[in-house]
Amino acid sequence: MANQTIETDVVIVGAGPCGLFAVFELGLLDIKCHVVDILDKPGGQCAELYPEKPIYDIPGLPLVTGQELTDRLLEQAAPFNPQYHYNQMVTSLRKLDDGSFELETDGDIQFKCKVVVVAAGGGSFQPKKPPMPSIDDYEGTSVFYSVKRMEDFRDKDILIVGGGDSALDWVNNLQPIAKSMTLLHRRDDFRAAPDSVNKMRELVAAGKMNLHIGQVTNLHGSAGVLSGVTVKSKEGEIEVACNTMLPFFGLTMKLGPVAEWGLNLEENLVPVDTEKFATSEHGIFAIGDINTYPGKLKLILSGFHEAALMSQEAFRIINPGERLLFQYTTSSSNLQKKLGVA
Amino acid sequence: MAKITFIEHNGKEHVVDAENGMSVMETAVKNMVPGIDADCGGACACATCHVYLQGEWAEKLAERSEMEEDMLDFAFEVQDSSRLSCQIRVSDDIDGLVLKVPEKQF
Repeated sequence: MANQTIETDVVIVGAGPCGLFAVFELGLLDIKCHVVDILDKPGGQCAELYPEKPIYDIPGLPLVTGQELTDRLLEQAAPFNPQYHYNQMVTSLRKLDDGSFELETDGDIQFKCKVVVVAAGGGSFQPKKPPMPSIDDYEGTSVFYSVKRMEDFRDKDILIVGGGDSALDWVNNLQPIAKSMTLLHRRDDFRAAPDSVNKMRELVAAGKMNLHIGQVTNLHGSAGVLSGVTVKSKEGEIEVACNTMLPFFGLTMKLGPVAEWGLNLEENLVPVDTEKFATSEHGIFAIGDINTYPGKLKLILSGFHEAALMSQEAFRIINPGERLLFQYTTSSSNLQKKLGVA
Repeated sequence: MAKITFIEHNGKEHVVDAENGMSVMETAVKNMVPGIDADCGGACACATCHVYLQGEWAEKLAERSEMEEDMLDFAFEVQDSSRLSCQIRVSDDIDGLVLKVPEKQF
């Protein structure tokens, strides 16, 4: 059960560049937005995949990094006071009899809104599942891709696989409560914060945990309970005993629950028209990488254009019968007031 | 120009002409070689263009940048011959390159 219900004009699913710019375009039309994102930060792929890589095709910005673009978009949207909800996935979407929508997140938030904007890019970022044989059999019982409650890992024989911040953070955090802790990484070099690496090395030196260099080739156990794994290392194959495994191999994009919202889909993309960027469901729009239409280009700039046109139609749905006056931010004192510059 | 041979996991070979200056990943995608996902589009940010260098190439092109080495942590069944194909630039020097594509990128 959701522990709070938020009523708003629009829920935007995805805080990537297109979702953030939609806040701005909708805001100019006095439409209030809540934005939900599965990541712990705004920016979507720009922030998760390439925060430091330059982007060269944003109009007017010859060179901007993913992080800078995200920061600028946040700044641009700020006058409209959007509410951001991170670390949450919209799990369900239901149309109510009055034409509005009810959404629920896995963070127990419920929204009631008039319009939904799906700006979910390549879908939701989810932990990568290493293609180890029979790993499916152990998921949820012995194999976990995240730590929701540390207490669940008390007194376990834990094997953590990976060499990044998630892996090292959980090694250090869970080691004190685990029965035994083993870290496995393919090389003796870690791309995590030096502090956490040092801490881990101290634990190893003190004999409080094990470190193995190698890769998992096989899982052993029965009835969903892991008893150990086979590790291929430079010295040959070794067996590592464990009843809990946490693989941390980064994130990948999966369409996720969007597929279950009753929208028409074409090869995991949401078809829209090019006038309003409306989906097959009245009141639900799709902008950015997640939509498709004849001639679609998966460019951030296309998503910006889509956000602007979508907002016009969203206005009509939210304010039925009201006339929408087209205005320029350069000359309209009304818009400038909203932006806080007039 | 360089000729590059991609060998799929099932043994199927794709011999393609690669243009100098492009990446091996771009060459694979342009020629629709299956098994190179390249989710991030060449930013060295996803490890889904993982390939195995074959024969003499394993030694010749063994050098990985630190960024690539880091990103390979996200690949599966990494071997000494592993590279991310977005990080190999096509030039006359790699004419005849042979690569194996893993069973799946993950």
